[in-house]
Amino acid sequence: MKRDILEILENDSRKTVDDIALMLGKPADEVAAAIAEMEADNVICGYSTLINWESVKDDMVTAMIEVKVTPKRDMGFDHMAKRIYNFPEVKSVFLMSGGYDLLVMIEGKNLKEVSSFVSTKLSALDSVLSTATHFVLKRYKEHGVIFDKGSDADERMIVSP
Amino acid sequence: MKRPEDYVNKSVMDMPFSGIRKFFDVASEMEGVISLGVGEPDFDTPWAIRERAIYTLEKGRTVYTSNAGLLELRQEICKYIKRNLGVEYTPKTDVLVTVGGSEAVDAAMRTVAGPGDEVLVVEPSYVCYKPCVTLTGATPVVINTTAEYDFRLQPEQILEKITDKTKAMIVCYPNNPTGAVMEYDDWAKIAAALKDKDILIISDEIYSELTYTGNKHVSPVQFPELKDKTILINGFSKSFAMTGWRLGFALGPEAIIKQMTKVHQYVIMCAPTLSQRAAVEGLRVCDGEVEKMRRQYEMRRRVMRRGFLDMGLECFEALGAFYLFPCIKSTGLSSEEFCQRLLFEEKVAVVPGNAFGEAGEGFIRCSYAYSIEDIKKALVKITAFVEKLKSEKR
Repeated sequence: MKRDILEILENDSRKTVDDIALMLGKPADEVAAAIAEMEADNVICGYSTLINWESVKDDMVTAMIEVKVTPKRDMGFDHMAKRIYNFPEVKSVFLMSGGYDLLVMIEGKNLKEVSSFVSTKLSALDSVLSTATHFVLKRYKEHGVIFDKGSDADERMIVSP
Repeated sequence: MKRPEDYVNKSVMDMPFSGIRKFFDVASEMEGVISLGVGEPDFDTPWAIRERAIYTLEKGRTVYTSNAGLLELRQEICKYIKRNLGVEYTPKTDVLVTVGGSEAVDAAMRTVAGPGDEVLVVEPSYVCYKPCVTLTGATPVVINTTAEYDFRLQPEQILEKITDKTKAMIVCYPNNPTGAVMEYDDWAKIAAALKDKDILIISDEIYSELTYTGNKHVSPVQFPELKDKTILINGFSKSFAMTGWRLGFALGPEAIIKQMTKVHQYVIMCAPTLSQRAAVEGLRVCDGEVEKMRRQYEMRRRVMRRGFLDMGLECFEALGAFYLFPCIKSTGLSSEEFCQRLLFEEKVAVVPGNAFGEAGEGFIRCSYAYSIEDIKKALVKITAFVEKLKSEKR
């Protein structure tokens, strides 16, 4: 049942306990308990809303930064990741396979703000060997949701056999 | 001097328009209607299938296929049936690819039935069966399933209607419009009852992927004593959300499929090539997508059924397809009155049960091929309507 709940919430975190219970054919208190347990276990880490910011304000830029670092003895990459993800500007951090080590996603008001973060904070960290910054030009799809859906009208006939 | 209508074949002239069509004409002219009347998925065809169709077009692979369909597709169909039903068919001889399940029904009927024959039609059912029988010159003999047995076909009902003239029986489970299913025990009883009977089963299994019993769909062909007496019809419309692609298929004994292919060859030539090539991809890689859609339907089914029960309407637990078939007899209205008033007073379109045969009188067909939000909106309006009817009665 937990997996089913997660799938429903991942798709629409506004679904209520009663809705989920009804959809899964389970008692509401069991669903509520399962959600509480997953929140406590940090399986459910938060509830957020997927926003297409580009359609609201134009003074925001997102950058994906490839970061090469020297791993610390006994701590691997986790230590460096922590040093980076604690900055509030940083939205996401991933450890990657391939040509670089960490992929850091940051958001800023403008190009200048982002580049200043990279040069004064990120590159300045001891173990950071190099960075490569890529700015996002347009968002097409995020978390499985296509932003520009075109017409979403139901083209089906009103009644069909 | 003959009028144009005097040229029309009498059996076509006498054939009534589908009850759904009448209703559709009214509903489609109204603005702001919330519909639960649609008999097709609300999902888009899985992208892998669409992408294959695009590729096929780019390559210009648009010529006729062999009459029976691309061998590659027939092979995939046999594998699909093997993995879902555990039954073996031979791609070269036992499969016919058709223009939707509907053409398969028509071709099967024309191949099997003729003047003087009787064909049992299990109702409530999809609207094309009786007309397809009538067009062959055979006589449809209706078996009415009932809510008492959750609209499952009972062996005694068949035995009662079998005569020397009975050639075949057409059934559809999971069922449109009731959402009823036949489970293993149900078919086992029928297999036993028909052991010594010469009757061909035409089994329309177009909703086979959409069952919510906790078990997989059960087909009569899984019973060895029925396999050679059954034409299995299925297709891509419902399971793969491919209604407009018009692609179905029939499987059966070589001797019958061979003759059906003749009918198909002269009438259709071959099913659309583009759809066939796309469907090959669907059968290869889309099992997961199909299951994902099934799970969505299952959740919606629960939400909708709870809504009807909360209104105080009887609604048996329909475990298949994407329809619920609540009983509206307690309102004192006929199916058509109920649906017309619901449409005019609350602007919600559902389909009167009697459009699917007399056995559907007193019921309405509600499709849950809609988002949960839409279903909830419609339920609010139907609830208000049912409350109004109750207060009128008082």
